[in-house]
Amino acid sequence: MYKLFLRSLISVIFLLGFSLNANAEFKVGFVYVGPTGDHGWTYQHDEGRKAVEAAGIKTTYVESVPEGADAERVIRQLAQSGHDLIFTTSFGYMDPTNKVAKDFPNVKFEHATGYKREHSNVATYSARFYEGRTLLGHMAGKMTKTNTIGYIASFPIPEVIRGINAMTLAAQKVNPNIKTKIVWVFTWYDPGKESEAAQALIDQGADIIMQHTDSTAPVQVAEKAGVWSFGQASDMQRFAPKSILTSIIDDWAPYYVERSIAARDGTWKQQDTWHGLKEGMVAMAPYNSVMGDDLVKEVEQLQKDLASGKAHSFTGPIYDQKGNILVAEGAVADDGMLAGMNVYVKGVEGDIPQ
Amino acid sequence: MSFDLNFIGILIGAIMASSVPLILAASGELITERSGVLNLGVEGMMIIGAISGFALMVVTDNLFFAVIGSMVSGLILSLIFGLLTQSLLTNHVATGLALTIFGIGMSAMIGKNFVGIPGKEFPLLFLNLKESIPFLGPIFFGHSIILYFAFGLPFLTNYFLKKTKTGLIIRAVGDSPTSASNQGINVTLVRYSCILYGGAMCGLAGAYLSLIYTPQWIENMTGGRGWIALALVVFATWSPIKVLIGALIFGGITILQLHMQAVGLRIPVQLLSALPYIMTIIVLVVISRDSRKIKLNTPTSLGQIFYKEK
Repeated sequence: MYKLFLRSLISVIFLLGFSLNANAEFKVGFVYVGPTGDHGWTYQHDEGRKAVEAAGIKTTYVESVPEGADAERVIRQLAQSGHDLIFTTSFGYMDPTNKVAKDFPNVKFEHATGYKREHSNVATYSARFYEGRTLLGHMAGKMTKTNTIGYIASFPIPEVIRGINAMTLAAQKVNPNIKTKIVWVFTWYDPGKESEAAQALIDQGADIIMQHTDSTAPVQVAEKAGVWSFGQASDMQRFAPKSILTSIIDDWAPYYVERSIAARDGTWKQQDTWHGLKEGMVAMAPYNSVMGDDLVKEVEQLQKDLASGKAHSFTGPIYDQKGNILVAEGAVADDGMLAGMNVYVKGVEGDIPQ
Repeated sequence: MSFDLNFIGILIGAIMASSVPLILAASGELITERSGVLNLGVEGMMIIGAISGFALMVVTDNLFFAVIGSMVSGLILSLIFGLLTQSLLTNHVATGLALTIFGIGMSAMIGKNFVGIPGKEFPLLFLNLKESIPFLGPIFFGHSIILYFAFGLPFLTNYFLKKTKTGLIIRAVGDSPTSASNQGINVTLVRYSCILYGGAMCGLAGAYLSLIYTPQWIENMTGGRGWIALALVVFATWSPIKVLIGALIFGGITILQLHMQAVGLRIPVQLLSALPYIMTIIVLVVISRDSRKIKLNTPTSLGQIFYKEK
């Protein structure tokens, strides 16, 4: 009975598919900022794309597309060549995506980590990576011996600043003496530069290395130098088995599959998605047992609380560097404030590049 | 920042290590350009060297083969450039650009199977001396053999170009291929050799990145260093010693600015990031103001296609 049902279902899908695709097959396009082999940010987006492909939808991708004029050309080309839904997966694609969307009202666009939805065919989505950063901060605060956390930052956008703040707040909570040292590399992906930055931070006394860039170079430098590190975007454990305490994993696959199917079936709507640990868009790689059972249990509990909403990464009182109150005692930061975050919290050293 | 002497020694050691790929690639390209050939494919040959070295290391488990293999692969890629520009007389600039694009794409394709494999430890020399001598130890010891070679190379290149007959022939070919040809010099052969040598050095520079500096394969891992090497050759007005100085300044300021950031100096970060480029250009322009010397060193026929009159 079950089999019969399945068979008829498949044939219905096929028939539907044929009738819909009589003249143009439904296609989804992806634009990546790095190579799919970065084992970080872009790698995870491509894993999501493969899930869409596995769901029976045709996909194409363009990798290593620089943010800027080139991006618009690539997005436009994808739209022109019959793609029905286009995912643009880097913050810098925000304006080009909206620009192209205006000229192709029948094509749907999904922009990652941005906030501009200027046309009804542009949706945005992002993940609450900062929840993962809170967990990293907790571990960093407990594991550091030099009380110095080294942070490799990419570009001074809210996304990155939010991560720095979330990490620092969590670390301060368990270790009031910690200092966060930040190096801005102004790139998402440059293994050489990222490793030089990691080395500089280690030479300056950091015994924890954290990155908001996409390559595996920093964790490997940390492994060599014998300090702790955290993987970014993807499970980087095998690149630095001794050094990595855990990785923040971005899991885009369920979202990509859901949105692609919605677009194919005509139920796609413009929306702004911001999912976190709760929905599984942010996940944590296994915790390294060198931290000891107690700490692992603590972090697992915190992860559960963040997911259930019992704990929040930005719970007041939170002060900025000058001591002005940002979030009142007992309150939590709302999404609007998080989305536009452009000041450091108290305890972070240095200025945000303007 | 801790200002103890040993720390400064470690810093200088790190700066030297970071300038090695620039010195190697620029020294190779310098010989190529001195013979009158402008090969813009440096980045492409470096990245091919990086993946070939790494792939051979994984497959043969032998670092010697890996290093030699990277040079051979750089050489093969430059041979393509040689065939196109010297035998088929295509435009140097366009061919070089195509070579870079080809190299990057090709390396990514070969590299698909080598992503995520950890590298092997490259032997470092005199490690005990590095630890036991403060300040000078980390500067002079504990480096790979390729670093020592790289730092000797500019001096060898300088001697070779100025004091040997072959060097003179290369310069003659670069300055006036027609006169050189009339003297019975086989211009095409000389240029081929210089192109192949440049290719091998770029391959070695790539291998340094994937085997020693960041021992792993990552797509696009040269990150534009080939272009910086190219610029260095021009700003150093084709003088090997100035190439060395330029590479050290570039590597040095790149690393120093990261340290300045980590210390939390209140200097705009964008300025710090731009500093390596600005300072390298300023210093090289200042040390090579002598226009007579520039004229003497500039290969006059650079980038021009040579037609042999029959």
